[in-house]
Amino acid sequence: MTATAAPAPAAPETPTPRGVAQSRSLFDREILAQSLRDSFFKLDPRVQIKNPVMFVVAVGTVVTFIEAVAKPTFFSWAITVWLFLTVIFANFAEAMAEGRGKAQADTLRRMRSETEARRLLPDGGEQRCPASELSKGDLVVCEAGDVIPSDGDIIEGIASVDESAITGESAPVIRESGGDRSAVTGGTRVLSDRLVVRITAERGQTFLDRMIGLVEGANRQKTPNELALTILLAVLTIVFIPVVVSLDPFGHFSAIVSGAKGTGTVDVVILVALLVCLIPTTIGALLSAIGIAGMDRLVQRNVLAMSGRAVEAAGDVQTLLLDKTGTITLGNRMASKFIPVGGHSEQELASAAQLASLADETPEGRSIVVLAKERFAIRERQLEGSHEFVAFTAQTRMSGLDLDGRRIRKGAAEAVKRWVAEQGGTPPDELDGVVETVSKAGSTPLVVADGRTVLGVIELKDVVKQGIREKFDQMRQMGIRTVMITGDNPLTAAAIAQEAGVDDYLAEATPEAKMALIKAEQEGGKLVAMTGDGTNDAPALAQADVGVAMNTGTTAAKEAGNMVDLDSNPTKLIDVVEIGKQLLITRGALTTFSIANDVAKYFAIIPALFAATYPQLNTLNVMKLHSPTSAVLSAVIFNALVIIALVPLALRGVRFRAAGASAILRRNVWIYGIGGLIVPFIFIKLIDLVLVALHAY
Amino acid sequence: MLVVALGITWRYLGSYMAGVFEGRVRYLAWAERPFYRVLGTSPEQEQTWKRYAGSLVIFSAVFLGFGYLLLRVQGSLPLNPQHMGQVTPALSLNTITSFVTNTNWQNYAGETTMSYFSQIGVLTVQQFVSAAVGIAVAIALVRGFSRRNSSTIGNFWVDTTRCLLYILLPISFIAGIILVGEGAVMTLAGPVTVHDALNGVTQTIPRGPAGFMGSIMQLGTNGGGFFNANLAHPLENPTAITNLLYIWLTLSIPFALTYTFGKMVGSIRHGAALLAAMAIIFGVWVGFTVYAEHTNNPAVAAAGVHSTVGNTEGKEVRFGDTSSALFNISMTHTSDGAVDSATDSYTPMGGFGPLSGMMLGEVTPGGVGSGLYTILVYAVIAVFIGGLMIGRTPEYLGKKIQAREVKLAGVAALVMPVTVVVLTAVAASLHAGRAGPLNSGPHGFTEILYALTSQGNNNGSAMAGLSGNTAFYNVVGAIAMLLGRFAIIIPALALAGTLAAKQTVPAGLGTFRTDNGMFVGLTIGVIIIVGGLTFFPALSLGPIVEQLSHGKFW
Repeated sequence: MTATAAPAPAAPETPTPRGVAQSRSLFDREILAQSLRDSFFKLDPRVQIKNPVMFVVAVGTVVTFIEAVAKPTFFSWAITVWLFLTVIFANFAEAMAEGRGKAQADTLRRMRSETEARRLLPDGGEQRCPASELSKGDLVVCEAGDVIPSDGDIIEGIASVDESAITGESAPVIRESGGDRSAVTGGTRVLSDRLVVRITAERGQTFLDRMIGLVEGANRQKTPNELALTILLAVLTIVFIPVVVSLDPFGHFSAIVSGAKGTGTVDVVILVALLVCLIPTTIGALLSAIGIAGMDRLVQRNVLAMSGRAVEAAGDVQTLLLDKTGTITLGNRMASKFIPVGGHSEQELASAAQLASLADETPEGRSIVVLAKERFAIRERQLEGSHEFVAFTAQTRMSGLDLDGRRIRKGAAEAVKRWVAEQGGTPPDELDGVVETVSKAGSTPLVVADGRTVLGVIELKDVVKQGIREKFDQMRQMGIRTVMITGDNPLTAAAIAQEAGVDDYLAEATPEAKMALIKAEQEGGKLVAMTGDGTNDAPALAQADVGVAMNTGTTAAKEAGNMVDLDSNPTKLIDVVEIGKQLLITRGALTTFSIANDVAKYFAIIPALFAATYPQLNTLNVMKLHSPTSAVLSAVIFNALVIIALVPLALRGVRFRAAGASAILRRNVWIYGIGGLIVPFIFIKLIDLVLVALHAY
Repeated sequence: MLVVALGITWRYLGSYMAGVFEGRVRYLAWAERPFYRVLGTSPEQEQTWKRYAGSLVIFSAVFLGFGYLLLRVQGSLPLNPQHMGQVTPALSLNTITSFVTNTNWQNYAGETTMSYFSQIGVLTVQQFVSAAVGIAVAIALVRGFSRRNSSTIGNFWVDTTRCLLYILLPISFIAGIILVGEGAVMTLAGPVTVHDALNGVTQTIPRGPAGFMGSIMQLGTNGGGFFNANLAHPLENPTAITNLLYIWLTLSIPFALTYTFGKMVGSIRHGAALLAAMAIIFGVWVGFTVYAEHTNNPAVAAAGVHSTVGNTEGKEVRFGDTSSALFNISMTHTSDGAVDSATDSYTPMGGFGPLSGMMLGEVTPGGVGSGLYTILVYAVIAVFIGGLMIGRTPEYLGKKIQAREVKLAGVAALVMPVTVVVLTAVAASLHAGRAGPLNSGPHGFTEILYALTSQGNNNGSAMAGLSGNTAFYNVVGAIAMLLGRFAIIIPALALAGTLAAKQTVPAGLGTFRTDNGMFVGLTIGVIIIVGGLTFFPALSLGPIVEQLSHGKFW
């Protein structure tokens, strides 16, 4: 990938390798320049009509322009220019939001175009063709150094694959035929060995293609809440049109009945200015930028949402299904304690356990060796003499070592007890008690025996991730229920659930049980989010309202879910929920701000509007603005500048703090509601002062 | 005393109404049955929102047609001791529209235009029926919230029948007896001629069935009185007790319906939240109108008269300025529109109170039924804006507020301001419209604005001072009233239909609370913004500039 641009100052999280999600500064110079150009291209009426609020502003600009040409005054030209700038600023906000995605898409596109495929013909021969000509069902061969031409499933071979182009993770991953690790993604590179891949994606429908489309926002559709908000904004626009248009007859009539001088004709330029100030231009201008930026924030965290709808649904989620392993606990169980029985010493037990685990390459086995070293400084020994490792099998459920006639075993309690009994030994009475205690605490007991003698128990503990409990507390405050999914027995599950602080758990979970749980929650009207990677997760991923598939997962899982996490980090589900909420909050806050602004604008414009007929209305000029025209101009300038001022907020999103709904609402009403009432009074006055100082008046 | 009485009705009448519409109160089932037999329906036959709305439109259209005919031929009908002639087409149209839409705008003087038959058989019948229709719509919308996954929202015929039999008829009968007992006139014997020997004057005093008409006119927030002077007339509003009773009758059902709402959706707190929003705005408006009327009328003061008892011009001395202001706000913030004083003679800001009260969309507490369904529309908008701010798809009572709901609520909220503003603009532009107002200056503008606001909101309060009985104002008014009624009812029923069909989302900590002070504040905000911001320019050309012309704003 190309060199990373300046690191984003706005991203405080620890820097992780990024794939598509290169951090770019909010105001990257390249994007800024491109956005400025795009702001003008977006003046196309066919683009403008998609946004009813800004369309009205654009039409208003044309009207004032005609007026300004017909009756040129400083005022009418100034208003025309600032209305035009209002439209440009709105375009600019949208272009900025799109710009970041476009830059990422370009990089991805370059990667896609240059790949060549080796298609396997039915007769066994090979044929070279461009990747873009592959269709679903074709077989291709990839050898070390080749770029995999398209998405597919491995049907033959095992290889290490560099997926950094997609995920940004530089460590290669193993891909092999069959099972849950058989999916490969177009654009990744085979590092070793040879693979035969059956293409599973249609032309132009590959993961890479979809990713490009997504980050670019090419087929962006309005999300349900965005659509609803657009309708509300349209209503608020429509209602103000007759309000403003009717002021002309009102003015005429007032001039007649009041006997004042003049005809009471209201300046068209002022009417347009009033209309633009009253309709919700602030939110109207920033609405699509907020939506695009919300998707972009997900991409920044290496999550690809297949639709904006899914992002919004994430904000609505009320139940989170979290896989225990990898999400709540570190992936593996770790030895945490040696508990000797039958009068043996702890060191004796540790020594035997270490010997039994020397050849055990599982993380559990290694953790026993590590614990023995930590506790008793028992080093890894070079074994001399005759020795034979006994591997774990599903039948024996034990593993260990035969060394110089000693037979050391560790394994499941029942299995080891039976093995000891077969040799004529008797496990000590206290053993059952110890085993049960360990199980109840949510850990796994491994019994260690040396020949006929049971030495003791190793406690293998599920280690709950640091900070996860606090996360769940936050979720609870937000009204989100967390459910831990685990294959463990209910006893173990309960203990871990307790330790991690989840609200509920599903023990001995099967895909069917998971599915049933999702359906039950949904029938109660709740929205459910989950993560998954295996093919057997696919139905549940499809059923869930938000299904985040791990990128390491199978094609079936990725197709069933509506998001893909490129980092394959299931904890990210929590981030996804927060981003969804932040998106909605940003829209709501700016809508409130926009509407609240109207009050001040009224006080600026209404006295000016009828100044000729009713000079006494100047009492309403509470800001003591210099003159009627300076008042109107100040309001219009404020209206335009506030859009630019809020672009960073729209792109970054309103700060989100996990809290209950009432607390969040109170905070936002104060900042954006009350703030929205007060701020324009101050700034319109300031702009007016500046206009006077500049001798514009 | 009024507050206590309203508190009691809120609790018990509200609960009783919930019982009636949920079919639990059935002591008049024997009386219901014949109606259903004639209509070919039964409480078990539920209707979709489209059927419900269709029934309502047909029902109203039939009354509109028959009423129009009856008014046109009143001269040939019985119960006409004064031999009143036929009513002109334009006036007939305006009048029947006015009564069918629960507006009761009166471009005529009752005692000199309408026969007893028209008063009773046409107008009073409508005072019952239009009120029942309004309540039925409100109940249908409430069902939208209380039901889940339902395709139906009740049965229009059943709701209307029950409303009439269990609620409107019994209460208005009892109130009518009290009114007559206090001296309201109740006779079909025609006017009397009395000779005042002391002053040597002979005058003819019109009489009629004013007592009972008065009770339903207030209970149903109709406001169309028997006499032209409406409730300022001593034969219809004889004592301070009847004055208070009239206020209570008007406010009782609109406020109590919030309790009914709470009870039917299973959360009284939600009903109380709407009540609070209504009551706060109502209280503030009463407060400043009373204050404004306590001050001297600047126009009178300018004439060199200094009053120490507030602005008493145009008020019945027996009620005084405080009671009159309370009465006037009560009638304009409901869709009643009855008057016991002349709004035209209020101080500019005193007149601003009733006018702006109507502009808020008649939701504080609004007309019978219409107040509840309109405030629910505003609440939906408040929920949408507020709900977004907590980061969830907004929900109200577990119902997701999405594009369709926003669209329907938006249309319902949009109709009234657009209608009023556009028609006022038309009236202010045309010669026929400009000829209406009796006053010049901003007051003249206010007179037009007031008339169309009143009709657009189905209020019927008249400021007087506008010659309304012209072909122009009769027709324009009828358009305003029809739009103000049906163009809100139909989206409200559609909203009921889409809400009823929805799944209910269970509430949790992450749910936007719609039963606390913050929500009350947001709802008030939406009401003020939609009503206030759309009318602020017009108001500034009317009462505001008029007040400012007197040299001060307050």
